[in-house]
Amino acid sequence: MSSSTQEIEQLIGQEYKQGFVTDLEVDTFPPGLDEDVIRRLSKVKNEPEFMLEYRLQAFRHWQEMDSPDWAQLNIDPIDYQAISYYSAPKKKEDGPKSLDEVDPELLETYKKLGIPLDEQERLAGVAVDAVFDSVSVATTFKGKLKDAGVIFCPISEALQDHPDLVKQYLGSVVPTGDNFFAALNAAVFTDGSFVYIPKGVRCPMELSTYFRINAANTGQFERTLIIADEDSHVSYLEGCTAPMRDENQLHAAVVELVALDNAEIKYSTVQNWYPGDKDGKGGIYNFVTKRAECRGANSKVSWTQVETGSAITWKYPSCVLLGDNSVGEFYSVALTNNYQQADTGTKMIHVGKNTSSTIISKGISAGKAQNTYRGLVKVAKSAAQARNYTQCDSLLVGDRCGAHTFPYVEVKQPSAQVEHEATTSKISEDQLFFCQQRGLSAEDAVSMIVNGFCKEVFKELPMEFAVEAQALLGISLEGSVG
Amino acid sequence: MLTIENLHANVGEKPILKGLNLHINPGEVHAVMGPNGAGKSTLSHVLSGKSGYDVTEGSVIYQGNNLLELEPEMRAREGVFLAFQYPVEIPGVSNIYLLKAALNAMRKHQGLGEVDAMDFLMLVKDKIKLLQMDEKFLYRAVNEGFSGGEKKRNEILQAAVLEPKLCILDETDSGLDIDALKIVADGVNSLRSAERSFLMITHYQRLLDYIKPDFVHVLAHGKIVKSGGPELALELEEKGYSWVEEQAA
Ligand SMILES: Nc1ncnc2c1ncn2[C@@H]1O[C@H](COP(=O)(O)OP(=O)(O)OP(=O)(O)O)[C@@H](O)[C@H]1O
Ligand SMILES: [Mg+2]
Repeated sequence: MSSSTQEIEQLIGQEYKQGFVTDLEVDTFPPGLDEDVIRRLSKVKNEPEFMLEYRLQAFRHWQEMDSPDWAQLNIDPIDYQAISYYSAPKKKEDGPKSLDEVDPELLETYKKLGIPLDEQERLAGVAVDAVFDSVSVATTFKGKLKDAGVIFCPISEALQDHPDLVKQYLGSVVPTGDNFFAALNAAVFTDGSFVYIPKGVRCPMELSTYFRINAANTGQFERTLIIADEDSHVSYLEGCTAPMRDENQLHAAVVELVALDNAEIKYSTVQNWYPGDKDGKGGIYNFVTKRAECRGANSKVSWTQVETGSAITWKYPSCVLLGDNSVGEFYSVALTNNYQQADTGTKMIHVGKNTSSTIISKGISAGKAQNTYRGLVKVAKSAAQARNYTQCDSLLVGDRCGAHTFPYVEVKQPSAQVEHEATTSKISEDQLFFCQQRGLSAEDAVSMIVNGFCKEVFKELPMEFAVEAQALLGISLEGSVG
Repeated sequence: MLTIENLHANVGEKPILKGLNLHINPGEVHAVMGPNGAGKSTLSHVLSGKSGYDVTEGSVIYQGNNLLELEPEMRAREGVFLAFQYPVEIPGVSNIYLLKAALNAMRKHQGLGEVDAMDFLMLVKDKIKLLQMDEKFLYRAVNEGFSGGEKKRNEILQAAVLEPKLCILDETDSGLDIDALKIVADGVNSLRSAERSFLMITHYQRLLDYIKPDFVHVLAHGKIVKSGGPELALELEEKGYSWVEEQAA
C-alpha cells in the first residue's frame, strides 16, 4: 500500500470526540428481561393500561422470533439478558418542569456536544428534545410550538397527555411483530419524541431530538412517532452520540411517520454513535426500523441520513406510498472506517397511482470497513404510472475496505418506470496531490473530496442544522460559495 | 529564486533524472523542451513534491531553502505552482470552492485572514475574464467534463488567482486551439513580473512566439544538454533533437 493511501486512512480515522461519560446519579434496572421487567417499566412510567398490553403482546411475539441474519454483517450474538432495560438520571419527585430544574451536569453534557439546551443560546429556529439514556430530559420552545397547535414532547408525556392520539397511531406503520428488533423495541421502549402537526399548520420551527447513550450495559430503545395531519408540514432532525466503551451497546429504535393528505415530512438524521476503537472493539449496534406511510393523496416524505458512527448499522428507512401522487425520497451518506459495518438502504413501496420515489445513496468505506447498500423498490399492481429513480455511488479509501450494492426491484405494474444507476470510485493519489499542489493539507483535501462526493445528499440537510451536522460529522460541510 | 544542482531522481529502481542543473532568477522565463520520455514532467513532479520519486543525489534550493524537505502543500504555499500536463477531475467540488479553499490556504500561510466573500468574487470574475472563460465554469465541478483545452485554461485561471512566485507550466499549450493558445499566452504574459519566474515545458516553438522566453533549454536523457536564447527553439524546430543529443553525447 502506498504512503499516501495510508495517509488518507489516518485522516479519516480521526478520534471520536463525543466519547466522554457524564457522572450522574441514576436509576437503573438490573440486567434482564421478562414480563415482570416490562410491567415494572410500564409502572415506573405510569402508563395507561393499553400500553402495558401493547408491550406484553410485543414481548410474547418477540420471544418467538429469531434475530435476522440476511444482512451483510458479522454480528456477535447478543445476550439480551445481560442488558439493562431502563436507566434514567435520578430526578426530584416528578421531573423537571422547566430547564431551570434540569441537572446542571446534563446541561453541561449537551453543551459539550454542541447542543446547548438553553433557549437563548439555541439557534432561534430550532426546538430540541434531548433524550438521555432512557428518558427525555428537556424539550425547548414548548410554548411557542403550543401557540401554533404543534405537539412536540417526549412520547412518555404524550402517553399521559394525549393517550388517544398515541393509541390511534402507535404501531400503525411498524406493527409490533414487524421484525425482531421492532418487536423488542415495542416491548421495552422507554422514551423518544412525539410530534403532531395539526391540519393546515406549517410547523414554525425545525424540530430536533438529540439522543445520548451514557450509562454502561444499557440498551437504548427509543420510539419516535410523527403525525402530519392534512396540509401540514414539518422538518425534523435527530442526532446521536455515545461514550467510548469497550463493550458493544445496543440501540434498537423504531421511528414511525404518518403523512395524511397533502402533508409533508422531512426527516433528517445525523448519526454519530460511538463506532468502536480502531481495532473494532466496542461501539454501538444500531439496529433501527424507520418507516413512513404516505397515507394521504399528494403527501410526501423525505428521509435524509448522514451515518458516520456505530460499530454496526442495520437500517432501512422506508416509504410506503399509499396515497395517489405521493412522493418518497431517500438521501443517504454512510461512512464506515476501521472495522465498522453498515448495511443500510431503503424500501420504496408503491401502492397508490402516480407515486414517485427517488433514492440517492453515497457509501464511503475506509480502513477495513464494509459498506452495503440494500434497497427494495416494489411497485404493486395498483400503482399505475409509478416512477422510481435510484442512484448508488460508492467511494473507496484504500484497498482493504469493501462496498456492496444489492438493489432489489419487484414490479407488478407494467406502466411503472424504474431506473437504477451505480458507480464505484476511489480517491486517487492524483486527486490528492492536485489539491495539495494548490496549498490544501491532505486532511482538507480528503474532506473536500468526500464532501464533493456527498454533495447531492448534504444539500438536502436543513440549513439550520449545518452547524450541528458539522459538529457531529467531523467533516466540514462544503461552503455556501458557488 | 531556484537553483537545481546535479539532481538525480528515480522512479522505483529506474533513474529518470540524471544530474540536472538549472538556475532561475526572479522574473525570468525559462522554456524547457525535449523529446518524449526525457523527464520533463518528472522534473515538474519532483519540484512540486509528488510522491513516488526518490531523489538520490543533488539539491534544489528555492528562495534560499531546501525545497525537497517541504511537504507538497508547503511548497505550494511558498509559491510553487504546477499547471499539470494532465489535470485531474474532482467530482462534486465546484471550481470556485477549490479556488477559495486554495486561496485561503495561501493567505493563512501568510498570516492573513480568510478572503472576504465579495472581494473574492470580484477577484475571480476579473481573472476569468482575463482567460475569456464563461463564468459558468466557476460553478462546475473541477475539470469534470471539461474539454482538454478547457482544462488547461482552468489551470492558468488557478495560477492567476493564486499568484505564485514560481510557475511551472507542463505542456499547457498542448491541446489548445489557435485562439485559445493566444488567450492563455496573454494570461501568462499578464502574470509576468519582475518577481515571478516561469518554467515552461513545451514541445512547440509556437508558444514561444507568444511568450518570449529569456532562456531555452533542451532536456534529454534526464539532464539539460543544451541551453541558449529564444533562437535555440527555432533551431530545434528546424533540426529536431538528434543533433543536440549527438552533440551532448
Ligand atoms: N511511475 C512511473 N513508473 C515507471 N516509469 C515512469 C513513471 N513515471 C515516469 N516514468 C518514465 O520516466 C520517463 C520520463 O517521463 P516523463 O513523464 O517525465 O517524460 P516527459 O519528458 O514529460 O515526456 P512527454 O514529453 O511525453 O510528456 C518515461 O520514460 C516514463 O515512462
Ligand atoms: Mg510530460
